[in-house]
Amino acid sequence: MEVAFILEKLILVVIVFVITLVIAMYSTLAERKVAGFMQDRYGPNRAGIGGILQPLCDGGKFFFKEEIIPAGAHKVLFVLGPVLAIVTACISSAIIPWGQSLNINGREISLQVADVNIGVLYIFGVIALGVYGIMLGGWASNNKFSLLGAIRAASQSISYEIAMGLALISLLMVTGTLQLGDIVRQQSGFVNWNIWVQPLGFLIFMTCAFAECNRVPFDLPECETELVGGYHTEYSSMKLGLYMFSEYINMFVSSALMASLYFGGYNFPFMDQLDLSQNWITIIGVIVFFLKIFGFIFFFMWVRWTLPRFRYDQLMHLGWKILIPLAITNIVLTGVITLIKDSYLQ
Amino acid sequence: MGVFYFVAFLSIFFALMTIFTKNPVHSVLYLVITFFTFTVHYILLNAQFLAVVNFIVYMGAIMVLFLFVLMLLNLNKDTEPMKSVLVKVMGAIAGMCLLATFLGAFRALDSQSELVTGHTEVGLVKNLGKVLFNEFLLPFELSSILLLTAMVGAILLAKKETKEA
Repeated sequence: MEVAFILEKLILVVIVFVITLVIAMYSTLAERKVAGFMQDRYGPNRAGIGGILQPLCDGGKFFFKEEIIPAGAHKVLFVLGPVLAIVTACISSAIIPWGQSLNINGREISLQVADVNIGVLYIFGVIALGVYGIMLGGWASNNKFSLLGAIRAASQSISYEIAMGLALISLLMVTGTLQLGDIVRQQSGFVNWNIWVQPLGFLIFMTCAFAECNRVPFDLPECETELVGGYHTEYSSMKLGLYMFSEYINMFVSSALMASLYFGGYNFPFMDQLDLSQNWITIIGVIVFFLKIFGFIFFFMWVRWTLPRFRYDQLMHLGWKILIPLAITNIVLTGVITLIKDSYLQ
Repeated sequence: MGVFYFVAFLSIFFALMTIFTKNPVHSVLYLVITFFTFTVHYILLNAQFLAVVNFIVYMGAIMVLFLFVLMLLNLNKDTEPMKSVLVKVMGAIAGMCLLATFLGAFRALDSQSELVTGHTEVGLVKNLGKVLFNEFLLPFELSSILLLTAMVGAILLAKKETKEA
């Protein structure tokens, strides 16, 4: 049993890893296509049919660019920065339940790599670790613009982590478990989705997710039109590519998280009335889950071409003086409503 | 047990590196790795909640703030403050006291206890929550008030400075 179990998980890990990377890769193309659509132009359409080979060309170009490590930079940390950024982006997908379990020859195969007891907290740990990639990269560059950019990025991500955590606490008060698998199982069908009971929490969580991914309107760490380049000013070649890439992976993972925490994950309406075998339900569930994820990724891009960027003081004001009090209000409200429901309506 | 000795070796090694390295930023980074090995220790003891909280709070928050300050201060040889002999003696005495405490604790240790071997469920979120909110409710609430006081105090200090400037 042990060998089969390890093999099964290993295959799942590889599949999840490959899917994550491929989706992140094609998000870069999708972003430019969406930008083209919004601005009434074509977007990249030269490499392959409709630009389908564009991400490969970009990757190849990154590899062949000259690799520059600035004089006075701390070599080890300079390389470690982007590595840490991409590793933390990748490992956060470990606990996302991609679907129910498949039944192959009487063997239940769960489509979740690890349903750990502390699921949601694990995500927080990983997000917290993500800050190091940025800070180390910025500091090791031995450049004051990089350092300032890194500090800017890190303080943004620390500030929004708090509101994100508080928003999640009210969700946990409703679900009563930290296990992501359980949270998704509770939301079967359509009316049980957590978005119906936690709309405010979702709004806060999503805003913070935008900030954590450094996406517009929170893209101050990069801010390509104003800054020299933020924390990755001194980076070139594939190391810059890794930073960029980790951003897209983060976007994918946070989309998956939002879909599974608030929008029912792999659950879809009328899933119990369809009268299909479990394997088919699982397969449809996985497809539905990915459709939800793509929806969120599209939303990320849509917002990028709709909203202007915040100023830094506005960013801090929104994080500390609006989102955090709002999240605390949400916790109190959730507590009161839960109490009333438990003591009077049953 | 082999895993434990390996991780324990890593903890001590990186803790020593924290002290012996010259560059303050490297020192903080070694401290981060030390905290990470503590997280592994907690997982070996099946204390999942403690592990992840240690990870988030120490590695994710406190150490990032340390890094912040050190990176901005740009410490080097010229700005290093002179350490008096008194401080060194005090440090040595405090260290010895800590060692004596640890030795005392070590003598009272029962290595067969299930808390040590990790075959216990008490560290899981559910059980820990039940213990905290039943048996230890008063100390728990008191410590939360203590933390709140510290937070309000910190904000007050920060405010005061901006007014004067």
